[in-house]
Amino acid sequence: MMRLELVKRPQRSMLFSALSPFIAFVLTMIAGAILFALLGVNPLKAFQIYFIEPVSQVWQLHELAIKAAPLILIGVGLSVCYRANIWNIGAEGQFILGGIVGSSIPVLFPQFEGPLVLPLMLLFGMIGGAAYAAIPALLKTRFNTNEILTSLMLVYVAQLFLDWLVRGPWRDPKGFNFPQTIQFNDSAILPELMPASGRANWGFVFALVAAVLVWILMSRMLKGFEVRVLGSSPRAGRFAGFGINRMVFFAFMLSGALAGLAGISEVSGAIGQLQPVISPGYGFAAIIVAFLGRLNPLGIVAAGLVLALTYLGGEAVQSALGISDKVARVFQGMLLFFVLGCDTLIHYRIRLIGFAAPKLESAPKLEEAR
Amino acid sequence: MDITVNILLTIATAATPLLLAAIGELVVERSGVLNLGVEGMMIMGAVGGFGAGYLTGSPWIGLLAAIALGAVFSLLFAVMTLSLATNQVATGLSLTLLGLGLSGMMGTSFVGQPGARLPNLDIPGLTAIPVIGRLLFGQDPIFYISIALTAAVMWFLFKTRTGLTLRSIGDSHTSAHALGIQVIRYRYLAVIFGGACAGLAGGHLSLVYTPQWVENMTAGRGWIALALVVFASWRPWRVLAGAYIFGAVWIGQLHAQAFGIPVPSQLLSSLPYLATIVVLVLISRNKRLTMMNTPASLGQPFVPDR
Repeated sequence: MMRLELVKRPQRSMLFSALSPFIAFVLTMIAGAILFALLGVNPLKAFQIYFIEPVSQVWQLHELAIKAAPLILIGVGLSVCYRANIWNIGAEGQFILGGIVGSSIPVLFPQFEGPLVLPLMLLFGMIGGAAYAAIPALLKTRFNTNEILTSLMLVYVAQLFLDWLVRGPWRDPKGFNFPQTIQFNDSAILPELMPASGRANWGFVFALVAAVLVWILMSRMLKGFEVRVLGSSPRAGRFAGFGINRMVFFAFMLSGALAGLAGISEVSGAIGQLQPVISPGYGFAAIIVAFLGRLNPLGIVAAGLVLALTYLGGEAVQSALGISDKVARVFQGMLLFFVLGCDTLIHYRIRLIGFAAPKLESAPKLEEAR
Repeated sequence: MDITVNILLTIATAATPLLLAAIGELVVERSGVLNLGVEGMMIMGAVGGFGAGYLTGSPWIGLLAAIALGAVFSLLFAVMTLSLATNQVATGLSLTLLGLGLSGMMGTSFVGQPGARLPNLDIPGLTAIPVIGRLLFGQDPIFYISIALTAAVMWFLFKTRTGLTLRSIGDSHTSAHALGIQVIRYRYLAVIFGGACAGLAGGHLSLVYTPQWVENMTAGRGWIALALVVFASWRPWRVLAGAYIFGAVWIGQLHAQAFGIPVPSQLLSSLPYLATIVVLVLISRNKRLTMMNTPASLGQPFVPDR
């Protein structure tokens, strides 16, 4: 039987470290071409519609920025968690809570207007996301509970909580029974950057600023060093006097705050009110963004744009070719698979061992023959 | 009396997919591999089972397709984590994300179609016995498979030599490797077994529980199954107990919604997820006990040296 064998490299390969996201992208394209061919669509035509047409006009670039903003914001936060070897996979729930807590101002006080409204909403959104993320952090540090499972379970709880709010106490009384809150007043709407050319709002700027700040934190500050040490060697971190419990709270609440900021930016920017569903899975797609961006905040900006394109492309092939927009999820899943696989090349050389290795195969046979 | 029997029957139906997925994952984790892709393998089993049953008209072919699809899908995880030594947490997550997307795509044409349902067991004479007849002899075939499988896994892990070897790999892959045990081969088989179980669990959802295809119809059951394994401290009979407790919670909240209890239905729907958190907290509170029960090399990649 043919099998793979991994041979450890003496040191990590800088070449593959830089190349792996690109190899992964190419492999995803190949797998995607096969997928489209199976669906009976000419792959070249499908790629044209999926990857090129959605970004061929200026207003479309604005749409790309709208989709990329939450992905980058969340992905940057998650990268800190994953660097510290802390597994927050409930960003989707923290995004929703950020949206809810931030929206409480325009929903409960619709008369409140002025320049203070937006900053307060954004702050509330961050607090909401951070507080929700503090739950799995508390359970992990206090009760030793697995954070993967608790943070994920809280996603379902957050989705149901939002559903209850917009169908129950926060429903717009004049909204013909539609499950949605009132439209936010003008001072609660995140302004557009360049209204003349498209819809992109300040959320994208927040994302870029967050990426730069986290990059500085991770590469230039002691806290970032602490994150990396505790992530790669918790024992060494303990000797250095870094507190692992404090780190769990720090990583969870930082990523929760950024996910919350993404949530309120999405609600007050792109949507303008609360609805039963405010995210097409940004919190989960951002996990892919974090890994595709090599857990590096600047790489995550690029990865966020790529993932945003998969969303737009999914919508495009649905309307042009009648293929389900779930194809976007498939592309995202494949991308993460290939990235993780290619990352192996950084630390290992891969050898194929098969029938072509006669020495291993024939030696025992000679023994038997005697 | 009839109502009690009916409730018990629905609890068994709700518990079966949890039990199947959890018992499969238990074997995987006992071998030292953490596969977070249960939800993805389960939903692939659900869409494959429904699709094959719907297209051929035979729920039995659907059942086989569900198992096969779950197993094939888990192979993807096995190649990545075992042959390429990728991070198991991230790879498992990507398996779940890919499964949710792929199943949504495959199932577009199945939405709203009537599916084929696996018939319940009906043994003349026995099934008609009052009360216990339907409980013991009148359930769906997958229920019996799930119980038999639990017993088989219990016997395999603790009464056979191969089972002992598998557990030793989970506790120390380096020692097992040094003893000449084919660590990677055992783990491949364990992961594929887990995938087949998760696929069967998904098939139960779309061929018995609600014989139709609904996107994301697993609704977090794969994740709950993962939590059940922790809750059960990696012991099969405790997985059985846990699955039935969670089945009862699931059915309880549905009944409470139907009776119109003056509590928001969303709060009731979130009970299984909240219960999972509570149960996890209770079970992992004792750090030393948890460390003793957890397979020591769980989640760590293993690259055999030569």
